[in-house]
Amino acid sequence: MATAYDTTNSTIAPRPMLAAWTLCERELVRFFRQRQRVFGAIAQPIIFWVLFGAGLGGTFRLDATTSDTAATGGPTFREYFFPGTLALILLFTAIFATISIIEDRREGFLQSVLVAPLPRWAMVLGKILGGTLIALVQGLIFLVLALTLQIELTAAAIAASVGVMFLVAWALTSLGFVLAWRLDSTQGFHAVMSVLLMPMWLLSGAFFPTPTGEGVVERGVALLMTVNPLTYGVAALRRVLVADAAALPADLPSLAVSLGVTILFAAVMFAIACRMAGRRTTGDYL
Amino acid sequence: MSHRYGDRLALDGVPLSVAEGEIFALVGPNGGGKSTLFRLLSTLAPLQSGNASVLGFDLRGEAMAIRRHIGVAFQAASLDRKLTVRENLRHQGRLYGLSGRMLAGRVDEVLARLGVVDRAGDLVETLSGGLKRRVELAKALLHRPRLLLLDEPSTALDPAARADVWRYLTEVRRDEGVTVALTTHLLDEADKADRIAILDRGRLVALDTPDSLKATVGGDSITIETTDASRLAADITERFSLPTQVLDGNVRLEQADGHQWIARLVEAFPGRVSAIRVGKPTLEDVFIDRCGRRFGDDEAPAVQTEARRK
Repeated sequence: MATAYDTTNSTIAPRPMLAAWTLCERELVRFFRQRQRVFGAIAQPIIFWVLFGAGLGGTFRLDATTSDTAATGGPTFREYFFPGTLALILLFTAIFATISIIEDRREGFLQSVLVAPLPRWAMVLGKILGGTLIALVQGLIFLVLALTLQIELTAAAIAASVGVMFLVAWALTSLGFVLAWRLDSTQGFHAVMSVLLMPMWLLSGAFFPTPTGEGVVERGVALLMTVNPLTYGVAALRRVLVADAAALPADLPSLAVSLGVTILFAAVMFAIACRMAGRRTTGDYL
Repeated sequence: MSHRYGDRLALDGVPLSVAEGEIFALVGPNGGGKSTLFRLLSTLAPLQSGNASVLGFDLRGEAMAIRRHIGVAFQAASLDRKLTVRENLRHQGRLYGLSGRMLAGRVDEVLARLGVVDRAGDLVETLSGGLKRRVELAKALLHRPRLLLLDEPSTALDPAARADVWRYLTEVRRDEGVTVALTTHLLDEADKADRIAILDRGRLVALDTPDSLKATVGGDSITIETTDASRLAADITERFSLPTQVLDGNVRLEQADGHQWIARLVEAFPGRVSAIRVGKPTLEDVFIDRCGRRFGDDEAPAVQTEARRK
């Protein structure tokens, strides 16, 4: 067979960034081709937001940061819960995106990637970048919906929130990758989801602010919220989305601290993911 | 080379080499070590002990170089079922550094080569098993590897699809000069290869062309069905000084001029032979000869002549 294309091995060399991009593109195509996944990851948080907003709106009161918030009444629960809902959408999407590593392994796709002439970080990068972009798109859909729901957002706030969402999504997708890499069933992941990831979200300031009580439980919860890296991701989202400083909790970490911790969280999780995936183990065989 | 999974020794010092341009089959019963050998050669599993080189590259230190020059198709499907055939091939090409026009051209080429051009736009999950296997082959060939490693390429395929796989393999070997090394647990399939290695319990028990291996079996293979195989076997050995084996309740022996032995044996032991048959040696006989047991029940030995007498 005559060939017009010279593809002898002297002319082609593996390109890790090209490989990462193609794997990322695959994630996006797969995700958006399966409509129920698009819908599933975004519908539940929105329902939470609407229902909790309605149900808890009457009893929610943010501790006054200054004397005049007490006068204006502070944010409604729906306003307070808005960045938290966004974090939940990022969490769900990032997590579902990384569960696919378990399917990739089971369906044999992963094996063929592992014998390609690539450093493993290229595979990790493709997966995590793909999951991050999916989460970002979902987050943006939610922001657009919110514009129709009487939440005021400036263009600058949306632009800044894209950057923060990217960082938070990157950290969560990397975390999901680390958790999913060694699992061989999606059932196992659901267990991780309910005992680790949902509590992590609940204790991130997404749903309620840090309790100030002196009781053992209150202080324990406050401590967990302080060490939870997601707390800072949610805080960063809250800082860029909420223009009115009076509507922020008094003890909310500053934007600089929030961004710093979130970047560190993302970097450390990505490094762990690369390190874990870099080893050849019997788990690679099908 | 040797390989362990925990305490279990899966490969126990297997020396072999594959020549350029040949179709080489690794054959053996399940658990014989061929998948382990495959994992080592494909660089999926790290080499534990011993030495090996693939295409002149050291398996221990030059895995990355090896990966560029081999095309691998695992036993399990590796296609993304939610993507189309063309999308699968495009991603695969990029993993190997192909892009742009070169990638598009090469994708068209392998689609044509494996006869799946008309299904290029279909989702993989809509393809039949045989077509999927062809796309797997196309995927493995995309970056023009010098060595094609295939793990059980025709497992779970119907005979027609299996014949297709072999036809395409023969073609790509001829046209692209690629060396093919494959594993199989089917002896009649191994028969089509240029050379074969038989692996059993982690050991190399035979390595040669199928014809040479069959020639090592002493002539024809004779199988006698009887009620008391071990006594009959002992009696035959005593009377004719022949080596015999007892296998699955039958007596088995190898002799040149098998047809003459039929009459001789039946006359010598009247009433004790319920059926007797003689056949040209097959790879099954080679396996029995080397391992002292049957290869597997999914293999019926090819029978040339058969004589029955009550």
